[in-house]
Amino acid sequence: MGYFLFRRTSGFILTLLSVSLVVFLVMNILPGDPTLSILGIESTEDARAVLRARLGLDAPLAERYVTWVFHALQGDFGDSYTHGVPVISLIVERLPMTLSLALSGMALTVLLALVLGITAASYHKRPGDWGVMLLSQLGIAVPAFWLSMLLVLLFAVKLRWLPPGGFPGWDDPRAAVRALILPTVALAVVQSAVLARVTRSSALEVMRLDFVRTARASGFSRRRILWGHVLPNALIPIITIVGLQFAGLVTGTIVIENVFYLPGLGRLLFQSISNRDFLTVQALVMMFAAIVVTANFLVDIAYVLIDPRLKARSR
Amino acid sequence: MRRGAIPANLMVGGILVAMVIGVAFISTFWTPYPYAELDIANKFHGPSSAHLLGTDQLGRDVVSQLMAAAGNSMTVAVLAVLIGCSIGTALGLLASAKGGWVEEAIMRLCDLGFAFPALLFAIMLAAALGPSLPNVVIAIAFINIPIFARVARASANQVWTREYVYAARASGLGNLAISRDHILPNIAAPIIVQATIEFAVAILTEAALSYLGLGAQPPSPSWGRMLSEAQTLMYLAPQLAIYPGLCIVTAVLGFGLLGDGLRDITDPRLSRQRRG
Repeated sequence: MGYFLFRRTSGFILTLLSVSLVVFLVMNILPGDPTLSILGIESTEDARAVLRARLGLDAPLAERYVTWVFHALQGDFGDSYTHGVPVISLIVERLPMTLSLALSGMALTVLLALVLGITAASYHKRPGDWGVMLLSQLGIAVPAFWLSMLLVLLFAVKLRWLPPGGFPGWDDPRAAVRALILPTVALAVVQSAVLARVTRSSALEVMRLDFVRTARASGFSRRRILWGHVLPNALIPIITIVGLQFAGLVTGTIVIENVFYLPGLGRLLFQSISNRDFLTVQALVMMFAAIVVTANFLVDIAYVLIDPRLKARSR
Repeated sequence: MRRGAIPANLMVGGILVAMVIGVAFISTFWTPYPYAELDIANKFHGPSSAHLLGTDQLGRDVVSQLMAAAGNSMTVAVLAVLIGCSIGTALGLLASAKGGWVEEAIMRLCDLGFAFPALLFAIMLAAALGPSLPNVVIAIAFINIPIFARVARASANQVWTREYVYAARASGLGNLAISRDHILPNIAAPIIVQATIEFAVAILTEAALSYLGLGAQPPSPSWGRMLSEAQTLMYLAPQLAIYPGLCIVTAVLGFGLLGDGLRDITDPRLSRQRRG
């Protein structure tokens, strides 16, 4: 276990460093002078030089990268140009919004996918199965932002049951939950379409095994066999995909926050892009990428906890 | 299934794809109205014989815009997938032919590509390069490189162990010639299947980026941009929020089904597994 953890952890740190290098290079060596886009074409060379020094852009590239990484490790991403406050405080302020959305989205995704997938598997080659497969095929093709608009059209514009967007904050939990319903559904439907297929095929695989036949022969109920025997043994591929999907979910929150005007990190990312607040953009992209890499790392560790056989193999 | 019968997903996918490509092609020389022609007096018209799907907030004909947007969407997807596929496949072939540290280095770089969520990478590139359709092409092409490199290498590694490859080597052919004459033709099937699926993903990504304001800029038409304009008008003209989305779903579903169908017929082993 110790060696396994060490290898995975060092791989994880290496990946994080490489990702930070890519983010830094893309944001810094691509053509275009950030001071020019901040100050405008009519700015004087002197003004741009002052701003360049203020943003720390006059140091050599390698030095700037190392400084950025070391400061970032201490939670210092520099000051936001447009807001005039440390980038980290902007992130901390908006993180709860994004986390609420991502976690509720993940929960609904897994719930929908397991129910649909197991249902499809238990009705294998019958209309129930085809229905679920057709739905998931559609779910994969529907862009999340369009589904959001349709939900808003129906539930906010026509029926007026739920707010069309915005977030009142957690001080009023009832209003907060109501504001989160549509974004969560929009986020989860698309994600669960993929996961439901994986759940179905993984469950079908397990249902062919001998122990399921034994359980059936022992007279256990259908439901108990499906949820108590088949599902736990079908979990490994499902968890793999959940881990991979976390990436989709995180980028999904970026899009969904912009559709519903939710004041989270995704909305901040786009505001910063249009304000050319490039230190904030760089920090946010790095954060999103780090979240995804960390999620994949945790999934790797979770495998071993679920299935100790894998530990022996990975040695 | 009867032998030789065309599977349903291939048929439906093929028809949808033919429709979308046909419309995109026609839009290059004919649309009912010029797509950017303003006619403020006739804004927000409902469907009529003059305007089949009505007009938008500036009186522009919706059908013409949808058709021109299909052209844009297909162009972006074709270019992006073609570039990503060519570079990725070349890298995969190189990795497979050389082996050793070259293979290790290329595949580690690809892993890094997978660590990045595709849309996040595209957003970052579009933000750094500036919003425009050519930059969307670059971003999507980049995302595709590691995908194709991985598929090409995995398939090529299997072909390298075949006897005809040993024979070719014995007859004095070099790595490059073998890769070109023997490996590439034999890994074409999985690459084409992957390309079809990535085509669907490219259409979705372009729509999302344009919706977010990082893709097509006005007046260049795009399904994603039409949706973002329609969103501010949802109380006034909800129908405008429907049509572009239907177009996206048709195109994505078409290429997705076509890719699934192609995979089923080119890889019988996989399809038998999938059928359970």
